Amino acid sequence: MLQEFNKLSAINQAGVLILAILIGATLIIWMLKKVQPQNNWDELVNRVKSWWIMALVFFGAVSLNKNISLIFFALLSFWSLKEYVTILKTRRADHWALILAFLAVPLQFYWIYTGWYGMFLIFIPVYMFLFLPISLILAQEPSGFLESSAKIQWGLIAFVYGLSHLGFLLILPNVSAKLISGQALLLFLVIITEMNDVFQYLWGKTIGVHKILPKISPKKTWEGFVGGVLTTTGFSIFLKFLTPFTNGQIMLISFTLAIAGFCGDVVMSAVKRDVGIKDFSTVIPGHGGMLDRVDSLCYTAPVFFHITAYFYFQGIIPHF
Amino acid sequence: MFQKLFFLLVVKPFMKIFIGLRVYGRQNLPNSHPFIIVANHSSHLDTLSLLSVFPIKDLSKIQPVAAGDYFDRNKALSFLTHHLFNILTIPRSGINRENNPVDIMKKAIDEGKSLIIFPEGTRSLTGEIGHFRRGIAHLIMEIPSLKVIPVFLANMGRSLPKGEYLPIPFFCEIVIGEPPLLQGEKSEMVQALENSVRGLKQSYEQYYRE
Repeated sequence: MLQEFNKLSAINQAGVLILAILIGATLIIWMLKKVQPQNNWDELVNRVKSWWIMALVFFGAVSLNKNISLIFFALLSFWSLKEYVTILKTRRADHWALILAFLAVPLQFYWIYTGWYGMFLIFIPVYMFLFLPISLILAQEPSGFLESSAKIQWGLIAFVYGLSHLGFLLILPNVSAKLISGQALLLFLVIITEMNDVFQYLWGKTIGVHKILPKISPKKTWEGFVGGVLTTTGFSIFLKFLTPFTNGQIMLISFTLAIAGFCGDVVMSAVKRDVGIKDFSTVIPGHGGMLDRVDSLCYTAPVFFHITAYFYFQGIIPHF
Repeated sequence: MFQKLFFLLVVKPFMKIFIGLRVYGRQNLPNSHPFIIVANHSSHLDTLSLLSVFPIKDLSKIQPVAAGDYFDRNKALSFLTHHLFNILTIPRSGINRENNPVDIMKKAIDEGKSLIIFPEGTRSLTGEIGHFRRGIAHLIMEIPSLKVIPVFLANMGRSLPKGEYLPIPFFCEIVIGEPPLLQGEKSEMVQALENSVRGLKQSYEQYYRE
């Protein structure tokens, strides 16, 4: 059976791995319910059910043709920005600025589609940043201008610019020496980020005692954080086949990504506390909104992209 | 016919993907027509989204009540709104015995049509629910067995406020409540209706707070 497994492409091997993890989790929950039926397992059951759906949708979107995957990530950005602006207090005067902010989504992904790296890098931090305040000024409502400018730009950078790195990762050319594709790197990034979330959650639930940032995220603990980071670092060895990294490199990178993922999570928690809500929405049973799931990716995607670009794609990307 | 295709191919996908419409309290909708829906009004999206809640085959039985002076003001708008949204136009001023809005609405209900009514009479600019007009009480008193369903519409006015023509893709939500107890004087009925819609607004806002 191992022979058959080795014959599969890297992408499909990742698929099998994801399937194995999901089946394992489902079995463990089933056993826990049998052994301790008096406990309430609903939250865990919902979480795992949602994971099945998210994993299938994501894996399907990534293993199909690249254009479909790009559209999927554009929709992910669009949906995340949508959840973000919905929870903000917006002014009537922000109407056109918000419309333009949403238009930045297809544009950003168009730069990715054509492989225009330079534009992908500066469109939101430079051009949208300069242009958005102008569109706000045209509404001639100075009260709240700075706040609206800042909030909309922040959302654009976090959810459009940040998440769009997933798209550019996807279209990176194969690293010729080792035939590792952009798709494989993308799968590695998303699996590591989400497993890190799961590990931190599990460690927190089982041995979490000392709160780490109680005013920002009441449920997070030092035990969850440290346990999660270390487990993620160790787990990354199993994903080596998706990347051109050595053992040492992949562990160092995963260690960094685990911390970055935690940062993304707590930053978005801070946003929620500031606005006064508990979850961004309730579309994903057991998890909350799309943003509650994607928050760590907003940090890990750009970090991972630039680490990989620095070490493996020097001189290659600008030649697009 | 046009209406059904329009809703199937344009409105429903738009509501799902662009607006991300979420509906709560669907179980409070009656199984049979006629009934009336009473909702707060802040946007043209209100009618569109309420209609999209119903199965497409029921659309011919549902009529949003709309101001004649606005929607019949030119031939093209009148044609489109009557054919795509099946609106029932009533006058807002110059009311006499021939064109009494209550009679117009009662006639539609007697024909088995369900109505969508916005008792504020106009779109609110601030998102606050305005004073409900008295006409609704006249209608309820004429048809005592009529089922009246209160509905709160959230975020529609943020997405497409009065005066704008391009919507922002905010998440919008529809909260359908239970029929309130309507009795007593007309002013008491109107107040009871207003309170039930305001109550839905409050419970919606509290749901997202911790």
